[in-house]
Amino acid sequence: MHTFSEIEKDQLRSDVPEFRPGDTLRVNVKVREGDKERIQAFEGVCIRRKGAGVSETFTVRKVSNGVGVERIFPLHSPAILSIDRVREGRVRRAKIYYLRSLSGKAARIAEKKAQHSAT
Amino acid sequence: MIGLLGKKLGMTQVFDDRGNLVPVTVVQAGPCWVTAVRTREGERYTALQVGFGETLEKRLTKARLGHLKKNGLPALRTLVEFRVEEDEAGRFQPGQRIAPADVFQPGATVDVEGRSKGRGFAGAMKRHGFHGFSDTHGTKNTHRIPGSSGSSADPSKVWKNKRFPGHYGDERSTMRNLTVVRVDGERDLLYLKGAVPGSRNKLVKVTLAPARRRAEG
Repeated sequence: MHTFSEIEKDQLRSDVPEFRPGDTLRVNVKVREGDKERIQAFEGVCIRRKGAGVSETFTVRKVSNGVGVERIFPLHSPAILSIDRVREGRVRRAKIYYLRSLSGKAARIAEKKAQHSAT
Repeated sequence: MIGLLGKKLGMTQVFDDRGNLVPVTVVQAGPCWVTAVRTREGERYTALQVGFGETLEKRLTKARLGHLKKNGLPALRTLVEFRVEEDEAGRFQPGQRIAPADVFQPGATVDVEGRSKGRGFAGAMKRHGFHGFSDTHGTKNTHRIPGSSGSSADPSKVWKNKRFPGHYGDERSTMRNLTVVRVDGERDLLYLKGAVPGSRNKLVKVTLAPARRRAEG
């Protein structure tokens, strides 16, 4: 017999990079327009990771033309081509929702200082 | 073959080929065995008896065990008959194993029958979807009561089938027209889009939906 988590396992992607809330990410997504497929990048700050297994998602926030835009991606979605960690941020909580009420200079996140064994 | 027995394993999500997340119920639909074939000559109708769910031999009666042993089958907890056409019944032999992949293709529409979760003695709100009463505005001790059960002197009785609190759940329930998202032939698993009656590890019967059956002749 197999456990249920084994069934879910073959849904998971093995190429998910390590990243945490506070990091700045560039997510390359496959976008379908009619029968054409192209790649679109979405770059912003990861403000949360939520869920576990196949249903794990992460939210990326960016400010576009003065409007805050948040996009939720399923972590294991085949529509995601790659996730690049542009910058490691230093934050003190797992969900950085407070970013929503900040703008301009206050909305910046300090860069994480290099550690001895950075993974 | 029109159906199989299985065990509900639980719900999860899978990605389809367009990258959409689809909610699915995973059903362990095998191993199923043909335990008997009803024929026109013998029983005057044609059907397949299918067995599922290995169990301890001591749990079954001697009669049931003998019936299974006759065809070299293990002790099976559940036996169910599926009515089939004569030519179809002829293709099966008692003792034969049926895999979900032989019966269901991805994209097929199926009905799933099971026993709904038992909810015990449930109130009118849960059982019949009554709205209850306000939580505030002076309501006292009557937030979830069913309200009036009818008029006064005129009928001088409560109409039949008036919906009241009572036992709810643990009854036969069929989910119709679920799509087969994926068939795992290796592990005998069916991935069905949507929810299926009952709790995990409960028996379910998966059959091709009638419309589909008609189309296939």
